[in-house]
Amino acid sequence: MSRSTRFDTKKVNSELVTLTYGTLVAQMVKDLENPDDVSKQLDRIGYNMGIRLIEDYLSKTGSGRCLDLKDTADKIQTAFRMYLGVQPNVVNWSPAGDEFSFSLDSNPLTELVELPDDLKQLKYCNIICGAIRGALEMVQLDVQSWVVQDQLKGDPNTEIRVKFIRRLEDAMPAGED
Amino acid sequence: MEDTLLDLLHSEIINYTLQNGDEKDKKEEDLSGLEYIGFSTGYRIIERLTKEMPRFKDELDTMKFICTDFWLAVYKKQIDNLRTNHQGVYVLQDNAFRFLSRLSSGKQYLEAAPRYVAFTCGVIRGSLANLSIQCLVTAEVQSLPSCKFHIQVQRM
Repeated sequence: MSRSTRFDTKKVNSELVTLTYGTLVAQMVKDLENPDDVSKQLDRIGYNMGIRLIEDYLSKTGSGRCLDLKDTADKIQTAFRMYLGVQPNVVNWSPAGDEFSFSLDSNPLTELVELPDDLKQLKYCNIICGAIRGALEMVQLDVQSWVVQDQLKGDPNTEIRVKFIRRLEDAMPAGED
Repeated sequence: MEDTLLDLLHSEIINYTLQNGDEKDKKEEDLSGLEYIGFSTGYRIIERLTKEMPRFKDELDTMKFICTDFWLAVYKKQIDNLRTNHQGVYVLQDNAFRFLSRLSSGKQYLEAAPRYVAFTCGVIRGSLANLSIQCLVTAEVQSLPSCKFHIQVQRM
């Protein structure tokens, strides 16, 4: 099976994910009717993926504990590059240093996508927010994440905001230290 | 993008389509929603893959393309065996099918196998539909992670 394909595998992969995701969203829009419910569901799907994705990330990068939120932001930035093939900028830190944004110039997830007028409130990229939340929860970080700007809606960039809520304590089973 | 992403997305699509289905009817899960998502995906991806390619010679040539280049691009390996009766029935055998390779082999999860192949049945049907071959696609899993896809071409 060493024969190489005549296609650009990377591009095919990326388009496959984009198209599959697009089909799923289209199906959900049909099933659920209310775009807000779809957005919520997309966030949940992202969360489910995130809690598994983090393991893949840790095993591939061998990365250790984060020193601070800045460190975390850098690592998520690496994850964007690994999984989506785009490098976002980390911008708009809040003065308290507990909130920041990822700004994406291009987003492979929305590459072949157009939102019809009646779905302008749909948060198509919510899956990314969910994935960040899910992945961080597995490393004891409770965060909120939401879409601030979206190229699908004509914004110049896609901006995803992350807000630190608290550190989760390891819940040890009773009787173990 | 990473392969892992599609694997995870695929699992989530299964979760999503099954949770919407009727829970009571446990014996025979309704996989048509899952199959349809595969169909739409296949219908679209094949168009992007073949747009620069010359027309296929015939049905068999198309099937060969599905087994080699297409399978390699999407499932990271080629189909291990292609059989046909030359009357519109094709059997594609993959001995280590991507979406089954993460399940432990043995009998324990055999029952769950249909949900891991339904999406792909749709992908094949959608791809062929866009190449103007109307067909029925079913899958047969006898032992994990191997899978046989049966394609039955519908003659008009």
